[in-house]
Amino acid sequence: MSKEKEGLSVDAFEYAAPQNLQDAVALLAEASDEARPLAGGTDLITQMKENRHSPALVVDVKKIPELNVLSYEAGLHIGAAVSCTQIAEFEPVRVHYPALAEACALIGSYQIQNRATLGGNFCNAAPSADAVPPAVSYGATLVIAGPGGRREIPSEDFFVGPGQTVLEKGEVLVEIVLPPPPPHSGAAYLRFIPREEMDIAVAGVGSFVQLSPDTRTCEQARIVLAAVAPTPVRAKEAEAFLAGQSLDDTTIAQAGELASQAASPISDVRGSAAYRIELVKVLTRRTLGKALERAKGEAS
Amino acid sequence: MKQAIELNVNGEPHAALVDTRETLLDTLRYKLGHMGPKEGCGNGNCGACTVVLNGAVVNACLVFAVEAAGADVTTVEGVAAEGTLHPVQQAFIEHGALQCGFCTPGFIMSAKALLERNPNPSEPEIRLAISGNLCRCTGYDKIVRAIQAASQALSQTA
Amino acid sequence: MAEYSVIGTSLAKVDAPERVTGKATYGADLDLPGMLWAKLVRSPHAHARIKHIDTSRAKALPGVKAVITAHDLPSLPKGATAPLVGEVSIDMSAIREIVMASDKVRYHGQVVAAVAATDPFIAEEAAGLVDVDYEPLPVVEDVLQAMQPDAPLVHEDLHTLEEATQERSDQPSNVSTHMVYTRGDVEAGFTVADAVVEKTYTTQMVHQGYLEPQACAARVEPNGRVTLWTSAQGHFTVRTQLVTLLGLPASQLKVVPMEIGGGFGGKALALFEPTAIVLAQKTSRPVKLVVSREEVLRATGPGAPAVITVKAGATKDGKITALTTTMRYDAGAFPGSPVARGLLVGLAPYKLDNMVAEGFDVLTNKPRVQAYRAPGGTPAAFAVEALMDALADEIGVDPLTFRQKNAAEEGDTLPLGMPLNRIGLTEMLKQIETHPCWTTPLEGPHRGRGLALGYWIGGSFTSSAEVKINPDATASIFVGTVDLTGTRTTISQMVADELQLDPQDITITVGDTDSAPFADLSGGSRITYTMSAAAHQASQDVLTQLKERAAEKLKVSVDEVEYQAKRFRAKNDTRNEVSLSELARESVAWGSGPIIGKGSTTRMQPAHAYAAHVADVEIDPETGKVTILRYTCFQDVGKAINPTQVEGQIQGGAVQGIGWALNEEYIFDNGELKNASLLDYRCPVALDLPMIETVLTEVPASEGPYGLRGVGEVPIVPPGAALANAIYRATGTRLYELPMNPERIFWATRGNGTNGSPGTNGSGGA
Repeated sequence: MSKEKEGLSVDAFEYAAPQNLQDAVALLAEASDEARPLAGGTDLITQMKENRHSPALVVDVKKIPELNVLSYEAGLHIGAAVSCTQIAEFEPVRVHYPALAEACALIGSYQIQNRATLGGNFCNAAPSADAVPPAVSYGATLVIAGPGGRREIPSEDFFVGPGQTVLEKGEVLVEIVLPPPPPHSGAAYLRFIPREEMDIAVAGVGSFVQLSPDTRTCEQARIVLAAVAPTPVRAKEAEAFLAGQSLDDTTIAQAGELASQAASPISDVRGSAAYRIELVKVLTRRTLGKALERAKGEAS
Repeated sequence: MKQAIELNVNGEPHAALVDTRETLLDTLRYKLGHMGPKEGCGNGNCGACTVVLNGAVVNACLVFAVEAAGADVTTVEGVAAEGTLHPVQQAFIEHGALQCGFCTPGFIMSAKALLERNPNPSEPEIRLAISGNLCRCTGYDKIVRAIQAASQALSQTA
Repeated sequence: MAEYSVIGTSLAKVDAPERVTGKATYGADLDLPGMLWAKLVRSPHAHARIKHIDTSRAKALPGVKAVITAHDLPSLPKGATAPLVGEVSIDMSAIREIVMASDKVRYHGQVVAAVAATDPFIAEEAAGLVDVDYEPLPVVEDVLQAMQPDAPLVHEDLHTLEEATQERSDQPSNVSTHMVYTRGDVEAGFTVADAVVEKTYTTQMVHQGYLEPQACAARVEPNGRVTLWTSAQGHFTVRTQLVTLLGLPASQLKVVPMEIGGGFGGKALALFEPTAIVLAQKTSRPVKLVVSREEVLRATGPGAPAVITVKAGATKDGKITALTTTMRYDAGAFPGSPVARGLLVGLAPYKLDNMVAEGFDVLTNKPRVQAYRAPGGTPAAFAVEALMDALADEIGVDPLTFRQKNAAEEGDTLPLGMPLNRIGLTEMLKQIETHPCWTTPLEGPHRGRGLALGYWIGGSFTSSAEVKINPDATASIFVGTVDLTGTRTTISQMVADELQLDPQDITITVGDTDSAPFADLSGGSRITYTMSAAAHQASQDVLTQLKERAAEKLKVSVDEVEYQAKRFRAKNDTRNEVSLSELARESVAWGSGPIIGKGSTTRMQPAHAYAAHVADVEIDPETGKVTILRYTCFQDVGKAINPTQVEGQIQGGAVQGIGWALNEEYIFDNGELKNASLLDYRCPVALDLPMIETVLTEVPASEGPYGLRGVGEVPIVPPGAALANAIYRATGTRLYELPMNPERIFWATRGNGTNGSPGTNGSGGA
């Protein structure tokens, strides 16, 4: 209530629901005041009610065909307006990207998952976004359309700060593309919350490992941390340490320690910085263990 | 800023002139007279406003009414068919799964949707499916049992 | 005891069909023609002087019909009181300040003005246009800090009341009341003890968490009378408060009870209704006031936190020799914490020959607390029951045996003075001995089992019922008690059995203040208990009237008429009979007159309720998270009128207590609540819990026709300590602060201080 107004009230705005990408881009680009794309709305509507965002124009992107794509051919294509439930229930996601399926089934509640989108999880740019770490750990690329045409960027380069992304005025996230998972690879995502559901991650870790063909050593690892820095971050020291190592309790524990060094958390109502660092260690160990099992084909 | 929308609620066509700021919950309650869905938090954290929107359960407080233009909406008022209670409703009554009843419309919608996608859920699956619905009276025990009973009743009639 | 066919069965809730179909009408469901929407303006400061309020910008907004401040409420002499329930009065000048602050705000979110407008968006915008000039004052947030002599004063003119002498302190203070109860010689008691344990326990402010935000609507009728619709726990109680607050005669107010979406004690005070009425009077339009969830959490009146020190000694054979306790309860910004109830609840399970029980009612710049299920009980039992566990451990006695050796019995005197009538504590503890939840070994690492007791005195006060016989030989019950969770059903069951009717042939209505017989508010586990006497009496009245008519017809004296299976017969000639149907039919015929029975009760003995909870937990040692593996509630219910409903009450109360124990807390920063949403105020969700097993003991209460005891309050009392004791056995670490959230357990099990977490914001933690 430090803000001018309090309670659940939304400032007046105009609403448009364009049928194609060009119109959406044009509406957003030509808006004179703040304009925001609306996908599932589970973040944006809440933020508008709390007056954290007061756009003059809301552009509903759910009617745009490109943003509703969900296909698995030469990688996984997820349109930015596809709901988390659709993603979590899509057979190729369950089979090839189980960490993403798990994360999409963690966000909020089932009601929330029916509205929330992976695109929104990216564009809202909350440090605690659950679906972002697994997507980044799978090596996702983001396809962006704007007044100047299309561009693609690595998913980890998308974030600038809490709630801030590289999207320029008029730009729309079109789809998230995940490369086909390499052989002998596996990934896992875990978050820690005080309850069993309906909480924002106190900390989250997505781990991806790719093993050598004999599955004895780790060729490549990607570890992505949530809710412990202004943006989702990769624990690059831990990743570098794991490359070429055999994954056992000792190296995994060491990776956990190294990963925690990549965290720069704050203390807030959800947890202290010190606790979050400890959680990163635990979650890194647990996700690496699970990713390893999956890479060896020992777990689904 | 107002827009005219049309939508189907419980199988009946409706038209309404809505403020863009109105949520689907506001419109259902105050424009279309469907007071079954309740506002417990307005932020998607309690599930009391749960309705089915185009086949999926959602929090009606987190949908702008304008987004629902052309949509099919089912509220708790549309669950009982011509005066016959749905087995989920019947089970809630028989198993004492409600006390104050304020959260009940949301639970009915979540439970019914669960049984439609998973007719024989385990206890953890039931608990997961209703974790977006807060109840402060029952401690959930009898709600879980009612959903188990409804699952059995439905499988016997199926 | 008589045989019953409806009492003791799990009759389905009589008002369930309208609830599962969405047809039940709660406060916010009212939609009146021409209705305006109200919005409250709230303080952004936890403590500040109001220098000036300018409503001109708000009034100028098109669609705004009225803007009011405290000056628009009738003035009240300081200390004006209204009866709240029974002998308990409430300071209405304090309530007036909570309704709308006059010169000073004392908590963040306190109301300073209100607007009424033609739609909610305009009302919201107008609320933002009310300009308030504040002079911020230093904030006192912590109860111990508030007790210091140099603490900022919440009320500059408040002097401590010494309860025993009824004298006031010379210096102003944040301690509104100090009380001491003593018995025996504690020094001597501690001297003979083989072990003495002393600890201090802390709990945080919590919220009742009812799902329905407060809602009411008011309309001034053409004749000047006011109709008020409200989702409150007692519409007569609301009326009583409004009479004092608004200076309206009771006859000018009709209060209509709407269905209520949970209260748990938090909807007893008339905090919103006066505003709706004044706005309706100013605008001559119906006005509806519905608060948001954020407002509910910030400023409707949460449950009181406390800092409690307990010291107890025992001999090696397990007998308590002495106990002292100091309970400091935080009332928020106005006096009235449930500290006396805390003292009572904490100590009531035990025989205490030597005892000192001291209580402080302390003010801080936080929202004024309201009752929350067994008000005061949960913090007290957390402290006492955790300490008893530690003491039993210290002398090497099993925690159940320790309780059994010291359990209070009929005839013992309660800590605040009253002798106990019949109770079932001993019988209940006996049931635990052989129950699998206690006897099954708990195997596996990081697991532990905890036991704790609970108590609630049970409410009495006034309840009334009218029972009418309809011409088709059915009965209609009319009451003035709000049905929070199922009392329509239990009252119907009683009347069904008394009149030997099928429950299908009974209807029950909760009437408004114009039509229903007076009743005190619903709360304190009192409705089913007191209504059992009122409904019984009303039913007997009906039977007496029917017997009189039957006697006339049968040409025998009234004493000779007996009633069975819907027939009235002469005792000595059972063929000489008249049916209920005939008498009922005739009751509407010319020259006969209706059958209306009345029953009322106002001063029943307490029906003491005891409970014991057994919890099995597993701790994730790496994160500190608790998983409840098994949870069993034992409770002496006297007589379960409706077992399913009794179980539901116990399960719901236990889960509220579990939430309080594990995750729920208010996190403040300089008096501002930082977690004012149901996302960050973490009530338990279904996935957090196992099934909650219930074991009912039925030792009849000393009074009442069926021996029942109120069941709603006590189940929220034991969970804090039951879980703390279980966590201790799982980890070897005792926790002294609620909630025992993962972070607090994480640091406590690593030997970090007194369970606080490093580097966090004050009371927060996680």
